[in-house]
Amino acid sequence: MGVEAIIGRCQGLLEDLDLACVSEWKAAGEGRKAIGFLPVYVPRELIHAAGALPVGILGAGEELEIVRGDACFQSYICHIPRSTVELGLRGKLDALDGALFPSTCDVIRNLSGIWQLMFPEKEAIYFDVPQNLDPQVGGVFYRGLLAEIVTRLQRVVGRDVGADDLRAAISAYNASRRLVRELYDLRAAEPWRVPTSEAYLLLRAGMRLPVEEHNELLANYLTAVRDEDRALRDNARIVITGTFCEQPSLDLIRTLEHAGCYVVDDDLMLVTRWYGPDIRTDGDPLDAIAEAWMSADDETPCRYVADGTRKGQQLVDSVRRCGAEGVIFAAPSFCDPALLDRPMLQAVLEEEGIAYTSFKYSENTAQLQPIREQAGTFADTIKLWSDA
Amino acid sequence: MKSTVIKEPSMVQQKEMIADHFQQLAEAAEHGRKVVYTFVPGNLTELMLGFDTLPVHPEINALQSGMRKLSGSYIAAAERVGHSEDVCTYVKCDIGMLLDGNVGPTGKKLPDPDLLLLSYTGCFTFMKWFELLRERYDCPVAMLHVPYQADGEATEEMIAYVARQLETEVIPKLEQVTGVAYDRDRVREHMLRSRVAEDDLVAVLEAAKHRPSPIDAYFGGVYYIGPMFTAFRGTEAAQAYYRQLRSEVDARVAAGQGPITPEGLLDEERFRIVVEGPPNWTHFREFWKMFYDEGAVVVASTYTKVGGVYDRGFRHDPDRPLESLAEYCLGCYTNLNLPSRVDMMADYVRDYAADGFLINSIKSCNSFSAGQLVMLRHIEDATGIPGGFIETDLVDPRYFSSSNVKNRLESYFQMLAQRSSGQEVESA
Amino acid sequence: MKCYVGIDLGSTTTKALILDEQARPRGRGITNSRSNYDVACEVARNEAFLDARFNLFEAAISERAAGIPGAEALPRALRGDFAWEQHIHLQGELEATCRVEAERGPNREAVAAALGEVFEQMTADASKLFGPDARPRSDFFRDVAGAAYMRLAQAAARRHDLPFERLLGIFDKSILVVENHVPEQMLAERIERALERSAERLELSTEALATLRELVEEVVGEPLVEDVSVGTGYGRARLPFPRERIRSEILCHGLGAHALFPGTRTVLDIGGQDTKAIQIDEHGVVTGFQMNDRCAAGCGRYLGYIADEMNVGLHELGPLAQQATKPVRINSTCTVFAGAELRDRLSMGQRREDILGGLHRAIMLRAMSLLSRSGGIHDEFTFTGGVAKNAAAVEALEGLVDENYGQRTLNISPDSIYTGALGAALFALRSATEQAPVGANGGTR
Repeated sequence: MGVEAIIGRCQGLLEDLDLACVSEWKAAGEGRKAIGFLPVYVPRELIHAAGALPVGILGAGEELEIVRGDACFQSYICHIPRSTVELGLRGKLDALDGALFPSTCDVIRNLSGIWQLMFPEKEAIYFDVPQNLDPQVGGVFYRGLLAEIVTRLQRVVGRDVGADDLRAAISAYNASRRLVRELYDLRAAEPWRVPTSEAYLLLRAGMRLPVEEHNELLANYLTAVRDEDRALRDNARIVITGTFCEQPSLDLIRTLEHAGCYVVDDDLMLVTRWYGPDIRTDGDPLDAIAEAWMSADDETPCRYVADGTRKGQQLVDSVRRCGAEGVIFAAPSFCDPALLDRPMLQAVLEEEGIAYTSFKYSENTAQLQPIREQAGTFADTIKLWSDA
Repeated sequence: MKSTVIKEPSMVQQKEMIADHFQQLAEAAEHGRKVVYTFVPGNLTELMLGFDTLPVHPEINALQSGMRKLSGSYIAAAERVGHSEDVCTYVKCDIGMLLDGNVGPTGKKLPDPDLLLLSYTGCFTFMKWFELLRERYDCPVAMLHVPYQADGEATEEMIAYVARQLETEVIPKLEQVTGVAYDRDRVREHMLRSRVAEDDLVAVLEAAKHRPSPIDAYFGGVYYIGPMFTAFRGTEAAQAYYRQLRSEVDARVAAGQGPITPEGLLDEERFRIVVEGPPNWTHFREFWKMFYDEGAVVVASTYTKVGGVYDRGFRHDPDRPLESLAEYCLGCYTNLNLPSRVDMMADYVRDYAADGFLINSIKSCNSFSAGQLVMLRHIEDATGIPGGFIETDLVDPRYFSSSNVKNRLESYFQMLAQRSSGQEVESA
Repeated sequence: MKCYVGIDLGSTTTKALILDEQARPRGRGITNSRSNYDVACEVARNEAFLDARFNLFEAAISERAAGIPGAEALPRALRGDFAWEQHIHLQGELEATCRVEAERGPNREAVAAALGEVFEQMTADASKLFGPDARPRSDFFRDVAGAAYMRLAQAAARRHDLPFERLLGIFDKSILVVENHVPEQMLAERIERALERSAERLELSTEALATLRELVEEVVGEPLVEDVSVGTGYGRARLPFPRERIRSEILCHGLGAHALFPGTRTVLDIGGQDTKAIQIDEHGVVTGFQMNDRCAAGCGRYLGYIADEMNVGLHELGPLAQQATKPVRINSTCTVFAGAELRDRLSMGQRREDILGGLHRAIMLRAMSLLSRSGGIHDEFTFTGGVAKNAAAVEALEGLVDENYGQRTLNISPDSIYTGALGAALFALRSATEQAPVGANGGTR
């Protein structure tokens, strides 16, 4: 499969707001279930181990007209809950048998309650990842939470989930994370070869496809794209941060690229590449998943940065590691985690002498002209500095 | 309404308690007292008293700045240093006050914290807030993660998790900062006092079931919960305050009197209202007046449960101090899921024989506000009473439009009146 | 005749409506709202009483003077000529005020000369505005005189080598003065002059004129007694009414819509800076409502900004939008960014009609979310307020209602702008017949 065909397929999956692909997958096997999840982080291994399909719920982009979703939220709430409710009320989430709501922020948290009130027939699992990272405290709590979720998933799928199911799932997602890291490393090394619009579409496809199929797609892409002849442009290398929950539109990502930015790192689709090394597949699998979380040093605004750790260090590390020349803070309007973190991260960048610019968007931002101008000016300024 | 300002003994008592507290804060350094910044929801006052620390509550500072008309300039100062116009104004007001020298309500500079006790309860922003403060103060943070009651209950696992954090994170850090060893019996003693005061507070709040209600459980309520939700729970002063308050409220019930407003006793109760959401602080008096001018009395509110939902049965239990503190943190109102909040509102409407209910939607507070419009519909369905909806902010004066709020409130009260006169006609 | 008056003090216009004892509407009046609420209220009320007299006159003619040649055309001509008289009078006041104002700055002589030319021409032009076939773009003196003044002052400023801003400033100050007091009624004198003018225009015989004059005098002399009046609208708190004579616009729109269309269960009102979704029962009693949040996006005022930005009249927006072939999707109706967004889209080559088509849909989407908050759309559905006159808005609403709620009967009255005033007048009538205070607050227990 060539790059174009792979990306075409991913584009089709992105536009599949009715989750037809999920319905098809369910129809292909007896009693198959699908479980949705919201950003930022859920252990998809559990869903997979239960034989169900994990499906990312990532809003509705810019195409869906929001009629009833707006009735549920005041003007100062971000956009993703509006489109999620709209999708639900229009029956576009009917293929899902339940959903996980991680402890990303108060809005996603309360969305779990809205789901309970509006769609009582569907399982709503709030997923309270521990902020206390002591294995004996947060670790014990988290292990218990994982077991509780497995129990609830068992009820949904109507069968038991064994340790081997979990181990197989861990292996599959370990492979996925390796591939995604390879993709990100390749992009950081040769950003002209892997446009972010393509990388993003690939990750989004993983929010719809079974992990094994998605792994194959990623592997095929990585092979195919190395053979592509793509021109190197004199673009600025930048890191995007703030896009971990409500998604920028594909057009917005393309706008940044067209404006002269090579995105060499970002916080899109964090669920696909959480943790450093592989999760171990020996011993108790739930212990292994819990350990991975407790020992992961991934920093997002949704996770408390413990005393003694420098807030923003990861962003600085990412800039250095990927050879970036600047940072773009792209936050959804009214996104508390991203916007409250922003001054702290900007202060660190200033200390480190790293250039940055900031804007806000929402998933349905249609006016990209101002963003194009801002990103273009930023890229030009960076080039001027680096040339001088 | 008689326009005479009424000062009851409990009011004077509370004023003295607060003045004394700020005096102690001002002299903390002299006396070697350690200062802990912490939040109202999930506050661990008995535990902190056990270490002889003095609490500072940043959200109380912010609301007082709002009432003193300083919040506008504080928020502007925070926005100038890069804070978004989109985010919580409590945080920005606090940051702005800090930038301005951290001068408290008494005109004296507040002492810097020796510990930031981050009780991460029911509000995501709390976590960010103390991350922001940590950047400015060179002091440790004790992080207490309180899981959310997503399925409407505090499970054994949750209680154990919070209690373990108290043992392994909060207490060691308090010991480290103060040099005082944890004394279980001392904490138990404070909890014993808390219990007594909690009983009295519940009696005061439930007195609103009388007709006319002797209290306003929202505008008046924020004063009644003051000592319980801040530095005083578990102290003798708080115990005495609630005993006194209860006797005053009992006396008003016996005399068939309504609540005390800033312009004297309310003499005609026309509407009994339940309110969801925090009040606005920058126009607190004006906002209140819009109610009492129409004869509207708030008989129950959810805001007065942010520092503990005592009327639903919780009491501090000295026999299992840490577990009990854990249960307390888990049970604060903003840590409850939406269905529980709907049930609570519907119960209040029924138990307090309310004519209507109102949601004051606060721009700053997603924890409260996200989903309130869905709650509105469900409370309406559960009670058969149409709800009112208004929008304000905590301390952002730009976000309080008097004419707008007044228009909606008047329209709402008039609708209730029309409804009830219509029902009278039908039943006649 | 005993009269029951409802006054709706809105953010852009003030409306008055008169009912008789049988709850029949007898007269309507409208004026632009202004800083002095008392004056706006009084002007609207005077207009409504005037309208009531003209209506009486019309009825009298068809009952008692139908056979007289030219009589049938008289009421219409008389209205026009009377309006002309009023206009000339106000214009005189405006001129006098402008001249006083002109004394306060430099170049007094040149300014005085320029003003003289401007007002002379305005007087000459006025006849065209009030002829039998004239259709002024606005009913309000401020708009009509303002448009003429601006046009003429530009040329006059050039001729006298004056900065246009000077003449503009004089007008802006003077119109405020003129608008902030109630003009003298002088009903009898003015109607007599109008009658002479009309008679000449219609070539009435001396005989016919004498008969008709008797009728006119009779109608002018008819005592119209204002028994009770009730105020409503956004500015109601500032109306010169006692508290118990003021009702919220929610109640008034609910009752007004019920009176216009008794089957109404859901009302949507889009006014200048408020959108309201109201649910009512079979008696017109409000059972629930929601109003737009703090943001004015999607209200009438927003359309005003758009019209200004596109440099077209407000009433031209709808017809333009209806010519959209491929309406653009507009995701934000933020008033603050409206101008920038429009310019961006135009510069991207999008058609004005398509942008407007998208904008009308976006506005109605906001209304839909408000309706949904208030409890949905129940049959029948009545749309009121200034925006209900905009055909493109109505079309967008119809489509959305159909997509989301299925078949609903959509009612729009040509007098929908008076819905709130009608409701207020009904409350006034009700309070008189029930012998009870009308104050909503008086009722509960």
